[in-house]
Amino acid sequence: MSILAQQAQLTAPPIDYGAVAPLLIILGAACVAVLIEAFLPRHQRWPAQVVLSIVALVAAGLALALYAGNSGPEGITTISDALAVDRPTLFLWGTLLALGLGSILLIADRSVEPGGAFLASAASRAAVGGGGGGVATGGGVGGGDPDPDRGYGSPDQAPTMQTEVFPFTLFALAGMMTFCAANDLLTMFIALEVLSLPLYLMCGLARRRRLLSQEAAVKYFLLGAFASAFFLYGLALLYGYAGSVRFSEIAAASAGSQKSDALLLGGLGLLVVGLMFKASVGPFHTWTPDVYQGAPTPVTAFMGACTKVAAFGGILRVLYVAFGDTRWEWRGVLWAVAIASMVIGAVIGLTQTDVKRMIAYSSVAHAGFLLLGAMSITAAGTSGTLFYLLAYGFTTLAVFGVISLVRGPDGEATHLSQWAGLAKRSPVVAAVMSFLLLALAGIPLTSGFTAKFAVFSAASADGMVPLVVIALIASAVAAFFYVRVIVLMYFSEPAPDGPTVTVPGAFTTAAITLGVLVTLLLGIVPTLALGWAGAGTFVG
Amino acid sequence: MLLLILLLLPLVGAAVVAPMKNNARTAKLVALGFSLVSLVLTIVTWFSYSVAAASSGTRFQLELSVDWIPAFGTHFALGIDGIALVMLALIAVLVPIVMAFSWEERIPEGRSAAGFYSLILATQSLLVGVFAATDVFLFYVFFEAMLVPMYFMIGRFGGPRRQYAAVKFFLYSLLGGLIMLAAVIGLFVVSGEQLGSGTFTWVDLQRMAASVPESTQIWLFLGFFLAFAIKAPLVPFHTWLPDAGAEAPVGAGVLLVGVLDKVGTFGFLRYCLPLFPFASKTLAPLVLTLAVIGILYGALLAVGQTDLKRFVSYTSIAHFGFIALGIFSFSSQAFAGATLYMVNHGISTGMLFIVVGLLITRGGSRLIGDYGGVSTVAPLLAGAFLVAGLSSLALPGTNSFVSEFLVLLGSYPRQPVYTILATVGIIFAALYVLWVYQRTMQGPLRGSAVLGALDTVGGPGTMLDPALSAKRSSGFPDLGRREIAVLTPLIVLILVLGFFPGPVLDVITPSVVATMNEVGLADPVGGLSQ
Repeated sequence: MSILAQQAQLTAPPIDYGAVAPLLIILGAACVAVLIEAFLPRHQRWPAQVVLSIVALVAAGLALALYAGNSGPEGITTISDALAVDRPTLFLWGTLLALGLGSILLIADRSVEPGGAFLASAASRAAVGGGGGGVATGGGVGGGDPDPDRGYGSPDQAPTMQTEVFPFTLFALAGMMTFCAANDLLTMFIALEVLSLPLYLMCGLARRRRLLSQEAAVKYFLLGAFASAFFLYGLALLYGYAGSVRFSEIAAASAGSQKSDALLLGGLGLLVVGLMFKASVGPFHTWTPDVYQGAPTPVTAFMGACTKVAAFGGILRVLYVAFGDTRWEWRGVLWAVAIASMVIGAVIGLTQTDVKRMIAYSSVAHAGFLLLGAMSITAAGTSGTLFYLLAYGFTTLAVFGVISLVRGPDGEATHLSQWAGLAKRSPVVAAVMSFLLLALAGIPLTSGFTAKFAVFSAASADGMVPLVVIALIASAVAAFFYVRVIVLMYFSEPAPDGPTVTVPGAFTTAAITLGVLVTLLLGIVPTLALGWAGAGTFVG
Repeated sequence: MLLLILLLLPLVGAAVVAPMKNNARTAKLVALGFSLVSLVLTIVTWFSYSVAAASSGTRFQLELSVDWIPAFGTHFALGIDGIALVMLALIAVLVPIVMAFSWEERIPEGRSAAGFYSLILATQSLLVGVFAATDVFLFYVFFEAMLVPMYFMIGRFGGPRRQYAAVKFFLYSLLGGLIMLAAVIGLFVVSGEQLGSGTFTWVDLQRMAASVPESTQIWLFLGFFLAFAIKAPLVPFHTWLPDAGAEAPVGAGVLLVGVLDKVGTFGFLRYCLPLFPFASKTLAPLVLTLAVIGILYGALLAVGQTDLKRFVSYTSIAHFGFIALGIFSFSSQAFAGATLYMVNHGISTGMLFIVVGLLITRGGSRLIGDYGGVSTVAPLLAGAFLVAGLSSLALPGTNSFVSEFLVLLGSYPRQPVYTILATVGIIFAALYVLWVYQRTMQGPLRGSAVLGALDTVGGPGTMLDPALSAKRSSGFPDLGRREIAVLTPLIVLILVLGFFPGPVLDVITPSVVATMNEVGLADPVGGLSQ
């Protein structure tokens, strides 16, 4: 009776369905995708999942565009202020949806790796395509592998693709979208877990190099759990300080308060460790190279592009809304973190001999650059960081798309020496890769340059000139390893047993084309995207 | 509009030529066609430029400005003053010559002539952009982007150590460029503070220059200066040039030393001085010291070189010292001399590079010691070498004399000590040119390259390039018709500019006087009048 009485007092919070529609569509599609896994026969799953994912992403994108077109620049909070839907949120959602679409295309491709890059269960070495005498999926690709030691599929069966990866991707994407819209720390924590758990699993799904893939998954999981614990501890301290987990109330509590700042700064420190881990900012980056290398390349593309966007979206909002007024107290520490990240990424990146590890260290350096923008608590800093995320995400997506095409007899040829003389065998792939690497290096007329300029000019204007100079020197150092790949591809003689370049299927081609086009357009005519990124600030 | 066409035409050419991999001859003809049309357009531009308007205070002419990225306050803005105009003319003249010279150049296996010609055209387009940009951001974009085609030219078509040279060139330039980017961003931020909203428009930035505090100016100046000093190159930022110059294919080397490096000295004159006048004056002694060291050190190393292409690179380093001396002496005569020097150096060193290239094609060796007595078998080639060399050492009657004399004359009143030291460099110049000429051209036939080329079964030369050794059996011919056609316009220019520099100086003068006003110094004694 008393419970009923209490329930009567609770009123459901009002929900602005229009604002959260994109999020709901993705979450709903993820649930439907689980049902597809459970009830559809094996051979129908792949087409159903692909269609569902793409339709969901496009529908979410349309809902987003509709809402963005009809709402003002000031932004709202909804579901009892748990989610903030403002212009930066909308920009990040749009970025995530577009990058998610590209990633789904890469993941869905079955022509590059016959049958797709994913294995049935993370634990087994064999048994793909075996379970329940499943019928081989169509598509006429691949064909059985004659080598039984290869460990997937029996010779008379075309290898199939495990389709769990699609609901994983959708759930992770929904988690990321919630993460960068979260308006309080608890929502943020739950979103963090929702986005992380599927990613841990996805890392272990690689069809080839099983051990490396499983090691990556375990490493990511253990370190990720550790980082979540840090985040949670920081949350607890901040709740103790402010009496609320909402960003705006933490900001209000710290403004003009006579309380000791120990809880505030301690909480912020622990919180930031958790966030920096996800964003792979050095020195919290140690998982990045192993996981980038071990995970199946389409998943790496998804992680490299989307996780970075979501994590920095979250960092931006936390620093801007909750800690914007106390920035003079924590900025010194983040200076050190940013310098460490840029130096680690650029210098250790020099010594890498594996393309995927190299890009991983490059992402650490880029995280340092992004942090520069995130630390400038100004409108220009926010819009610059948002633009950088968009530009970097698409370039990274396309880079991993290209990496997945260069293959030796035993899967992807990721060792640098195998890329020697690639330009002779496949000039188009080499040219695309060179362009993308130049974009990562920040050469003008690519999106990388525009993005760097936006972030660095915002940081300079906010009094971080020495940091900008260090960032530019780090860029020059990092350029060396990008250029080295170009040198290898163009100026070296190809190895006699070098890798072949697979003719990409329609999906991979579409994803790479998307990435390259965006990289080029944002380099030459960035005005529209810069306008979107700067359309409004965070809602308090 | 004219400038936009001048910028886009070679780019279109590059795109058209690039796919013609299987038809080298058509590719070369089309590329040459594009470069000749560019030359005609440049001549039209030359006559569209009004000296009278420039004298009456119009800073830039043939202007075009379109909003590019409003969020950064950047414009796609083109426009030229007299200094930029003569540089555009230099590019337009050199590119067809480089193409004609490279006509029968051996392309490394697996590469196509179409690729090389396409890269030349791309470089031309970006160079036009660098000289014609009147927006600092746009300038920076072209400044960095022009690295890319040159990098591929060296790395794909160069000599045995091309990878090393290409990467060294790229990284040196990129480092300079990124430091300049810091200064570009700084300038944007400062302009935001001074003018209310950040801008990159050169004219606006120049107008606010006087109100920027000196300490800020010094930092920004250093950012720009470092990039230009690497590009120019000034000692001690020069070490990439001998490698890049030696390993680049001759055609690319001519563009590299002849035009690309001028971007550095042009940058001093267009960006460092007018935008940071206080800093320029404060730091001038530093730059002048580097310039004089460059003159003497470059000349000394040129004397000591054993490799012909490295020899040309080191003579250039000495010449760049003279240009920097002229620029940082702050007098309109020295400015005019330095600008004219840029043009003349492009012509004379370009020609020297080409003659050396002809010699290497015949002998198959880059070493000075492998040649001797060439004038007995190839008198025209030896003559061309002498003309280029004499122009390089600034013999009166050649073009370089006028510019070197103007630089020294203009520098002396303000900087007598530096000028006197620099004059010593002229003696070295005579030494290195004449000594190389004597060793390679005069006397009896000697040297393994010459003898090897004349004798089909001759012993192996030292440092023979295998790609070129196939040519050895053809003897050591004198200049062919195509080669004479390549060299003639250069010789004509050397002599014409030596005796009648007036028309060019007339174009330059109003712009250097304007630059003097922007620096805010009066001429020490009777400068050039408008």
